[in-house]
Amino acid sequence: MLDNITLLAIAPLLNVQLLLDGLFIGAIFALAAYGLALVWGVMNVKNLAQGDFVMMGGYIAFVMTKLGIHPIFGLPVAIVFMFGFGWMVYRVIIYRVIGKDLFTSLLATFGMAIVIQQLLNLIFSPDVMVAESGFAIRSYLGGMVTVADIKLISFLLAAVLAALVITFMKYSRMGQAIRATAQDPRAARVMGIDTERVYAFTFALNAAICGAAGVLISMIWVLQPFFGMTYSIRAFVIVTAAGLGNLPGVIIAGLGLGAAEQFAGFILGAELQQFTVVGLLVAILVWRQVQQSRHRQVVR
Amino acid sequence: MNTRLRRTLPYAGLLIAGIAAPFLFPDYTFQFTVLWVMILFALTWDILGGQMGYNSLGNIAFFGVGMYICAVVQIGLYYDVAQYTASYGAVKVEFTAEQYFTGLAVGLIAAGLGAMVFSVILGWVVFGLRGPYFAIGTLGVALSAGELTGAWDYVGGGGGIALPIYPGEPDDRSLFFYALCFVLAMILFFLLRWIYLGRFGLAANAIRDDEEKAEGMGIHTMRYKTVGWAIAAFFLGISGALFGNMIGFIEPLEVAFPTVTFGLFMVVMCLLGGRGTLWGPVIGATLFHTFKEVTWTYLLGWQWVALGALIVVSVVFFQQGIVGWVKEKWPEKFGIAVDDRALAETEPDLDEAPSQRLRRQTEAAQ
Repeated sequence: MLDNITLLAIAPLLNVQLLLDGLFIGAIFALAAYGLALVWGVMNVKNLAQGDFVMMGGYIAFVMTKLGIHPIFGLPVAIVFMFGFGWMVYRVIIYRVIGKDLFTSLLATFGMAIVIQQLLNLIFSPDVMVAESGFAIRSYLGGMVTVADIKLISFLLAAVLAALVITFMKYSRMGQAIRATAQDPRAARVMGIDTERVYAFTFALNAAICGAAGVLISMIWVLQPFFGMTYSIRAFVIVTAAGLGNLPGVIIAGLGLGAAEQFAGFILGAELQQFTVVGLLVAILVWRQVQQSRHRQVVR
Repeated sequence: MNTRLRRTLPYAGLLIAGIAAPFLFPDYTFQFTVLWVMILFALTWDILGGQMGYNSLGNIAFFGVGMYICAVVQIGLYYDVAQYTASYGAVKVEFTAEQYFTGLAVGLIAAGLGAMVFSVILGWVVFGLRGPYFAIGTLGVALSAGELTGAWDYVGGGGGIALPIYPGEPDDRSLFFYALCFVLAMILFFLLRWIYLGRFGLAANAIRDDEEKAEGMGIHTMRYKTVGWAIAAFFLGISGALFGNMIGFIEPLEVAFPTVTFGLFMVVMCLLGGRGTLWGPVIGATLFHTFKEVTWTYLLGWQWVALGALIVVSVVFFQQGIVGWVKEKWPEKFGIAVDDRALAETEPDLDEAPSQRLRRQTEAAQ
């Protein structure tokens, strides 16, 4: 462990490499986390199937490559397909969960996550897969830092998608309705907003965002039916760290988590990389609680 | 006398069924043993999840902690643990019968106590979290416990530990573990029956209904929560130790800390049977385990899909569970006076949104 730290100190360019890799993957984490923050904030549903939506999007891109189409064109397909899928899931399951207590949505989506990952497992087998993009890998700074073109492209695509979603939320009629419903569903209903439709749209939008994130993941990372859970946990880490409705916070936390994971994977070893994510979640929750307990004593 | 007989009948039936099962169906002894472990899971989860309204997704951590503590004690009493685990079970080390049973006895007690200490320390950290944050936080703890154990070479890391082999016939062995699991589950069941009837049960339900108010009424909520969790952890720790010995080989992710299988099953079993009741977890666990085994036998390949669907359906459409449903249908059987509608009205429905409750109450008042 100490060896790895000294190695980082000796070769500063290694830091750049890790940081870049972390930021590229972190942008995609932030995308999925934004979807979670949306659903959580608007309809108070904690979607534990978030990561499995991401995996579904990834497998769509994978199928496209098998059909001989470049995975980047999987992006619109995944968005449309996942939007429809999200709408359907809302109509069948989520719609019955909204008014219920907090735990119900967690468990129901957990059950959903199991169904999705097992279906993916049955269809695509549990092997690790990649949707080959066929782009070159370039090296910068005298060969010390290598960046695959596809990582750069997916980073840009993630940024564009995020910008699109933000503009949509801010200026479109539906986006305004979503924000109004998040603030006060009753008042929104009085104002003539069909909150039922807003909820369905929000959930479908979340699924579409996840699907897009999945397509990007399939090109720069790997696909495996059971990796969905870790993406859900990452989304929860990011949202809990940033707080609901804090969009810049989500982006920063997402990029930070990506970088932190890369560094932890390098310093502590690959077998502790997974632990870093869940460990961070626990650490953040404990830290929040310490903050709050101070607050509670003031009240007392 | 008659009512008294009727009251004791289910308990006697449970005891007799438990004693008779391995003799009537000797081929299924292993399955029955797992069933008792499942019942124990559901009962321990219900202490906090059902009675106190603290929905933990990470109780399975105590199971794994108990399993590993027992394994280390069993081996550590006679050999060097690091040396033993380094061989990955390739070198078969002999344990005499006496060594085996002393090791197991000491290991079981250590497992229970160790898990209990772990739960108290953990409770001190996570009990400030409320609602979904508690669920996610405990889930994180259980997941990270598995990952950390997998990276710890002293206890074998991801490779796991092969436990000492039972000195005797295989049939005796399965009966031996069956008896231990059955007795443990029964002790827990009657202990819970006793404490739910007393002050603890009342305080626990008060915490579930409104924690702030309970605290305002002078209930030391933190103490009750910690005690409840410690009881759950004690029994889960011992059951983990037993389960590990029964399997014979333990490994962090699939056997000791199976968060997304056993850790989730215990919640679903409880919800299926009806949480917040004594019999709900028992019935739920029995049904769930039967369903699981049947799908594993006849729907191979699709068993997980069926299980996930069962979870969704039971959570979304059948929230009150079997016992809760029966209670709603025939309240007089549970000593609730049927003509006293007001009593049933004041019984708070936890899943009801405040707005719904208000509407129902105004409707009732009209």
